Amino acid sequence: MVPITTLHYLVVAAALFVLGAIGVLTRRNVVIVLMSIELILNAVNLNLVAFSRMWGNLHGQIFAIFIVVDAAAEAAAGLGILIAFFRNKETVNIDEIDLLKW
Amino acid sequence: MPNFIMSYLGSTVTPGEAGSQFWALIYVLIIFAGVSVAVICMNWIERKALAHFQIRLGPMRVGPHGLLQPFADALKLMLKEDIIPAEADQFVFWVAPLIGLLAAFTVYTVIPFGPSQAVSDMNIGILFMLGVSSLGVLGIVVSGWASNSHYPLIGALRSSAQMVSYEVAMGLAVVSAVLMTSLNASGTGTLSMIGIVQAQQQQGVWFIFKFFPLGFLAFVIFAIAMVAETNRAPFDMAEAESELTAGYHTEYSGLRWSLFMLAEYAAMIAVSSIAVTLWLGGWMRPFPNLLHAPAWDFIFSLFPGLTFGGLAAIAMIGAARMPAHSFFRIQRIGLAVFAALLAFSALLLLVIAIAGRSADTSVAARFREGIDYVYWFVLKVAVFMYLFIWYRATWPRYRFDQLMRIGWKVMLPISLGVLLLTAIVGVILP
Amino acid sequence: MNPALNSALSINSGMAPVATPWFFYALAGMAVLSGVFVITRRNAVHAALALIITLLSVAGLYLMLYAPFVAGVQIIVYAGGIMVLFLFVIMLVNIERSSKERAFNRMWPVGLAAAGALMVLFASAIVKGSHINDMFRDRLMPLPESTNTQQIASLLYGEAGRMGQYTFAFEIASLLLLVAILGAVIMTKKKI
Repeated sequence: MVPITTLHYLVVAAALFVLGAIGVLTRRNVVIVLMSIELILNAVNLNLVAFSRMWGNLHGQIFAIFIVVDAAAEAAAGLGILIAFFRNKETVNIDEIDLLKW
Repeated sequence: MPNFIMSYLGSTVTPGEAGSQFWALIYVLIIFAGVSVAVICMNWIERKALAHFQIRLGPMRVGPHGLLQPFADALKLMLKEDIIPAEADQFVFWVAPLIGLLAAFTVYTVIPFGPSQAVSDMNIGILFMLGVSSLGVLGIVVSGWASNSHYPLIGALRSSAQMVSYEVAMGLAVVSAVLMTSLNASGTGTLSMIGIVQAQQQQGVWFIFKFFPLGFLAFVIFAIAMVAETNRAPFDMAEAESELTAGYHTEYSGLRWSLFMLAEYAAMIAVSSIAVTLWLGGWMRPFPNLLHAPAWDFIFSLFPGLTFGGLAAIAMIGAARMPAHSFFRIQRIGLAVFAALLAFSALLLLVIAIAGRSADTSVAARFREGIDYVYWFVLKVAVFMYLFIWYRATWPRYRFDQLMRIGWKVMLPISLGVLLLTAIVGVILP
Repeated sequence: MNPALNSALSINSGMAPVATPWFFYALAGMAVLSGVFVITRRNAVHAALALIITLLSVAGLYLMLYAPFVAGVQIIVYAGGIMVLFLFVIMLVNIERSSKERAFNRMWPVGLAAAGALMVLFASAIVKGSHINDMFRDRLMPLPESTNTQQIASLLYGEAGRMGQYTFAFEIASLLLLVAILGAVIMTKKKI
């Protein structure tokens, strides 16, 4: 059995990041787009923690915690915008959100 | 083989720490069985206690004083038809009770029943416990949505909003208790459940009495928030039967419904264990430092046996007071047998207490100690379980906006203030 | 520890491998597979459930990387907090309409191509980085697991009266959260 190295974690993180990018670029539902952004943030977090293990210091883990804080703020603000928008236009599809003003 | 078991009974570390998967599995099985039995007992006690609160008799027919009622209920639920609504989301409907059950039972891996009587001692123990017990809400939310019906959906929405709100105050109360663990010479606290109890022993005080009003306030906030977290009265908006028929599990029936009940009661025991561990000294008997002598150890180790003896006496009196009619003959015999079983366990526990009274490291002494730890822990948790029933019998249900107002405008500021004051006092005082 | 126990169980405390490859492959596979479900499910609740499984598997990967505190934060904040919020919002906005519409937008081939290009970029970076220079080392440095939380705390808050390296950033993060809370309240409340 091959021992698990940093490279293995990087491959998993890259896969998650690409999946998140596909979700952001192709899905219509805003909620799923936001969830894909969470996937991307998780991929970045996994990279940071893997590098923190590789270098043997904790700065990567600190950054991961900051990114979790950021993700919470992003989810709150994003879902707030979504609810405000849904109240006005009765849709959650991202390609129908195309009016700047009415 | 006996040697193997004996060597383990004499150990002083948790199976997780010793790296022994086998004993960890045994512990998990014991805990699973123990919690299931506790839920069954709780079911009976709740029905009887609620009935007596309302001057009723409660279940009386199945077995003497309804003692076999939980088994009859379980049998009925298992044989009942398991209905899945036609418009429901099949897969999610199927998986929702399992989420709640998994979350409720996973928590038990870190609950310390004694210094070595736990499956594992994680160094993020309390964080893990809060996190996993907060996963239980997912089961409720998802079940309400998957039922594709109005009442469950409203129940699920209420439940999710309520849990997210009360988790904040709960977390802050827990943090103020964790802060108190750092008041030692080295100045480093701990998140490990066993470490928290040991910190209370070192400081010679349960955290509920530490910095008097502060520890008590944090405990009260936790005690309120944990009732809200487990969706129990007076915070049972998610399953308010007068408004939502049965809330999130309206569409569930049979075995799946009973899984929800199992998860709810398991979660109640779990959060009570957190409260006991953080504020009430966990497995410690009363005054472990003040009354520290082998004689006191021996006196306190008689308590488990005496408790069972008392229960046996109560059952015996019940058997003696049965009406002297031939209809009651079987019930009387059943209750007498039950009393005899209780008396036998009492005798066994007393024998162990006497055999292990020497304070050496023999297996009997370690075994006696283990029984003591588990007994005091379970006793403290049992008090909380009784409080849950008492709340349900006593208080009317909150309205939802009142609930949110109390959560955000009263509990959150108080818990923040308690946290700040604890930090300040902890720096200034010692 | 009791010597009898040591002999009976042959414990090698501290030396036992915590991270076996099988665990890694199971967790990584689960994370990626449910990641695929997140972006392909038509139903938003199914996607959210898949995302929860991904988040929990990633938390398991953190544990394997000797980052227990980050794993705990991941479970509490992500799985217990953010995902409940997501489910709450999914239930507020109706999805009966969206289950009949098409799930992907009209530009999906372009998006897929862009994501494919990103994947090629990552693959080349990983291949080059692992072959040409010593960028991704094979060896993993030991991290002290038992004092992980304490060390993170001393980096965040400082110790012995000194300010930590990240104390200022931590305060900024709290400000960010405050702004997000206020923003969410102002946007969603009908009348303030």
